[in-house]
Amino acid sequence: MMNMEKFARGLRFAAVVAFALGAAACATQQPGEQANAANVAAPGSEQDFVVNVGDRVFFETDSTELTPQARATLDKQAQWLTQYNRYSFTMEGHADERGTREYNIALGARRSQVARDYLASRGVNPQRMRTISYGKERPVAVCNDISCWSQNRRAVTVLNASS
Amino acid sequence: MADFPTPFALTRRSLLAGVASSAMIGAAAAAVRVDVTQGNFQPMPIALPDFVAAAQDNELGRNVTAVITANLQRSGMFAPISQAAYVEKIANIDTMPKFPDWRVINAQALVTGRMTRQPDGRLRAEFRLWDVFAGQQLTGQQYFTTPDNWRRIAHIISDAIYERLTGEKGYFDSRIVFVDETGPKDRRVKRLALMDQDGAGIRYLTRGDDLVLTPRFNPSTQEVTYMAYGQGDPRVFLLNIETNQREIVGNFPGMTFSPRFSPDGQRVIMSLERGGNSNLFVMDLRSKATTRLTDTPAIDTAPSYSPDGARICFESDRGGSQQIYVMPANGGTAQRITFGDGARYSTPVWSPRGDYIAFTRQARGNFGIGVIRPDGSGERVLADGFHNEGPTFSPNGRVIMFFRDQGQGPSLYTVDITGRNELKVPTPSFASDPAWSPLLS
Repeated sequence: MMNMEKFARGLRFAAVVAFALGAAACATQQPGEQANAANVAAPGSEQDFVVNVGDRVFFETDSTELTPQARATLDKQAQWLTQYNRYSFTMEGHADERGTREYNIALGARRSQVARDYLASRGVNPQRMRTISYGKERPVAVCNDISCWSQNRRAVTVLNASS
Repeated sequence: MADFPTPFALTRRSLLAGVASSAMIGAAAAAVRVDVTQGNFQPMPIALPDFVAAAQDNELGRNVTAVITANLQRSGMFAPISQAAYVEKIANIDTMPKFPDWRVINAQALVTGRMTRQPDGRLRAEFRLWDVFAGQQLTGQQYFTTPDNWRRIAHIISDAIYERLTGEKGYFDSRIVFVDETGPKDRRVKRLALMDQDGAGIRYLTRGDDLVLTPRFNPSTQEVTYMAYGQGDPRVFLLNIETNQREIVGNFPGMTFSPRFSPDGQRVIMSLERGGNSNLFVMDLRSKATTRLTDTPAIDTAPSYSPDGARICFESDRGGSQQIYVMPANGGTAQRITFGDGARYSTPVWSPRGDYIAFTRQARGNFGIGVIRPDGSGERVLADGFHNEGPTFSPNGRVIMFFRDQGQGPSLYTVDITGRNELKVPTPSFASDPAWSPLLS
């Protein structure tokens, strides 16, 4: 029995070590670590938020309405942000390239506002949230077809690293 | 220095003495002219032999001639004749040209010029414009400046030729401020850049640390207004392009964007975003007083003044989709002027001569550049495809510059307001958001 206990404790120790190594590997952005990330992200870490909750929601073309999927993601975000309430964060609004520059800045602002308001309605303190729009100036996907455009129409919850 | 912010001293004198009297100029006015209104338009054949100069300034003479030739060619109004075809060699601009030698190559107009170094080191540049068929001088000027200003001299002479032969003011002695873009699409670095209208003399006004967008010229000073990201909310800035001094316009509780000067340069009109709504505000630059012009739950943006300052055109989605509206400069009832079939209209900009508003038009996945009269009549699309955006007028309202991005990255183009003569503008890297300055002199 004593041996078994020791073994179990040792195993737990080994797991912790393994996690630390995994986190370190992710922090330096080693390729191929993404699959491990979900298992090893420390609960409450930024990585946990991005990987296990999802930091972004997507919009239909020229729309600022939250889709059911977007609401589901924001519900998970609200839960997580309530649990780990030490974070302040910025809600970034983005548009795809199929709009003019000025309009897309305003459209991105609307998207960030809609996402922010939703989180507030789910109990996240508005004081923790800041909004910003990047219009079409910060695409994440850079091809010229629908698959890319749909990834670029987004609101991204960016945790404040120093908080 | 005091009366002109650039280190540029220029004096101009009429060059009429000698070969032609002013009476003859009047008589010749009807003889040679580019008809800029005609539908089946023919550019005017014009001859431009190299400006005469002493051996040490030969290259300067050639360069000035080349810049003038390129300006006139690009305007689409003129067809410069190859120098190889010239029969007469111009050695002295104070004697009459041999007009039959220019008629035989079908030149309708002839430009002769001379560069002379003054005892004080300054340069004297003279030119004469001739009506080849009438055998008369149409105009002549001389200018004094430092040799490093030779490009501006060439632009000023180009404007004088253009104005004399078309009856419209020129636009060559002007500059463009734009957004220079480098790097891959998902990590684009954007800098404000300034260049002559022909792409020469590029200068960067910001370093690329902060995202900068939508620069616009002050119509009367060497100032630019633009939007920049930095700490906190994105803001509208003023930048003096001579001193590089920068200041934030106003202290608004939210993001300010899409700025533009009033025609007198005393006010900046812009959008302020709060709670997802974007409305128009104007700020007096002296008193710092701000006035709200619209109050809607819509996106009101891209405002632009009429040249008399009495009205504003802007885009709004208050009716459901982006359309162009015109309203009094102090706010009030806005009149929608665009009703294109299923199309959306944005980025309206009022022509300096008041006759047209240029726009970006989105329809069936394409982004076109077009013009429409301020009352909503006479709509014309001048360039179409994916993806054209962001028109700006030349100081004479004759040419529109815009940017086009077909996926690789944006470039600048010009097109005549008739839709003719689309040309790419040379820039060192990708370029977007051009804004044309007023004439410098």
